Amino acid sequence: MRELDVTVVTDAIAEMCKESNYFLGQDVVDALKNALEKEVSPAGKEVLRQLLENARIAREEEVPMCQDTGFAVVFLEIGQDLHLSGGDLTEAVNEGVRRGYTEGYLRKSIVKDPLDRVNTKDNTPVVIHTEIVPGDKLKIVLAPKGGGSENMSIVRMLKPADGYQGIVDFVVDHVEKAGPNPCPPIVVGVGIGGTFEKVALLAKKALLRRLGQPNANPYYAKMEEAILSRINELGIGPQGFGGRMTALAVHIETYPTHIASLPVAVNINCHASRHVERIL
Amino acid sequence: MAAIKLTTPLTDEDIMGLKAGDSVFISGEIYTARDAAHKKLYELIEKNQQLPLDLQGKIFYYVGPAPAKPGQVVGSAGPTTSGRMDAYTPAMLAQGLKACIGKGSRDEATKKALQEYKAVYLAATGGAGALLAKKIKSIEPVAYEELGPEAIQRMVVEDFPATVINDAYGNDLYEEGRKKYSRK
Ligand code: SF4
Repeated sequence: MRELDVTVVTDAIAEMCKESNYFLGQDVVDALKNALEKEVSPAGKEVLRQLLENARIAREEEVPMCQDTGFAVVFLEIGQDLHLSGGDLTEAVNEGVRRGYTEGYLRKSIVKDPLDRVNTKDNTPVVIHTEIVPGDKLKIVLAPKGGGSENMSIVRMLKPADGYQGIVDFVVDHVEKAGPNPCPPIVVGVGIGGTFEKVALLAKKALLRRLGQPNANPYYAKMEEAILSRINELGIGPQGFGGRMTALAVHIETYPTHIASLPVAVNINCHASRHVERIL
Repeated sequence: MAAIKLTTPLTDEDIMGLKAGDSVFISGEIYTARDAAHKKLYELIEKNQQLPLDLQGKIFYYVGPAPAKPGQVVGSAGPTTSGRMDAYTPAMLAQGLKACIGKGSRDEATKKALQEYKAVYLAATGGAGALLAKKIKSIEPVAYEELGPEAIQRMVVEDFPATVINDAYGNDLYEEGRKKYSRK
């Protein structure tokens, strides 16, 4: 059985915190450039230019692209033939975030209690989602999530009879209501199916896909396109200043569901769409 | 849509010259204030007590910067969501505050108060924290240091870019922009 010391995990996470916040993914940069070409509103174009310039400064100077460096959401796929040794895995992940956020001059945005709201001062704890998978590797995905866009998320238990059209309308209406708040241009993650908690996780995972890569199922790939074009007809535009480029992409993830249910979740990401991956 | 240079403190004349959709470039002093600082100021106003700073002609920036790296004046410093300050904003405007910078929509009471007290709501590009930090030349605490990142701080800025969302005439760029480009 393969052994992996958890301190290796800590080191990797610390680096990933900085990397994800300093370097906007090339897929997002390309999508912003493409949006700049297509945008017709002058105010919208100016926003897109600023965002590209902002990404360049962040990359060159190794500073966070956005001051909200997010809640550290960590996905772990743990091979069932891997033995993690040398300490507590959860603590190792938290230690990585503690180090990464401190050494990297990233903002600490987590409060210990949702009501008394005292800052933990090191951006921990993280939110961890683990999955046991075949093999002897550990795959880590770190996705810092900003509060402004996260606050614009929703789960709704639709009726099976609402079907395709019901889902499309629900997602588009929701994006319309969110308007300028999630820092458009946005990425829209949609979960369909599963249970109440599963569908929220599907929507979040949908945000991890490389921008521009459609759902593997052609039916859902078409649905992604249909929702995207409806959203981009809303007129919200970059930062809500008016324009065509409200969303850069719509990603759908699905899961089998109960005969009585049609859960749908929308998790919105801002243009600061951050996620990095490592396989150890 | 015009591009207008503004120098602080702002006067009624400056405000009346601004229309929703205008780009502005601010030079001078702006003051950081988020939820906690607003709450404290609001409580003083309620009790008719003196504020730690005179709001006449001033600009608030809703921001919680990232920590500064060695050699930086301030870490990334883009706007936060303004709606959280809605409950307190009319009272600040009544004290002479002339503009606030944030992102996202304001409520009806705030929009009305902007008209009543001749003030504007500006948006800076949300998420452009690295770019906006470069326009900030210095920063120093002014009040409520115990609030840490939520303290009120004075920032000296040069050509800080923002867009007029709500002007003193009742116009709203978020609504107008949407109407103009909607193809629903
Ligand atoms: S929504 Fe995203 S881009 Fe906007 S302030 Fe929050 S983290 Fe930054």
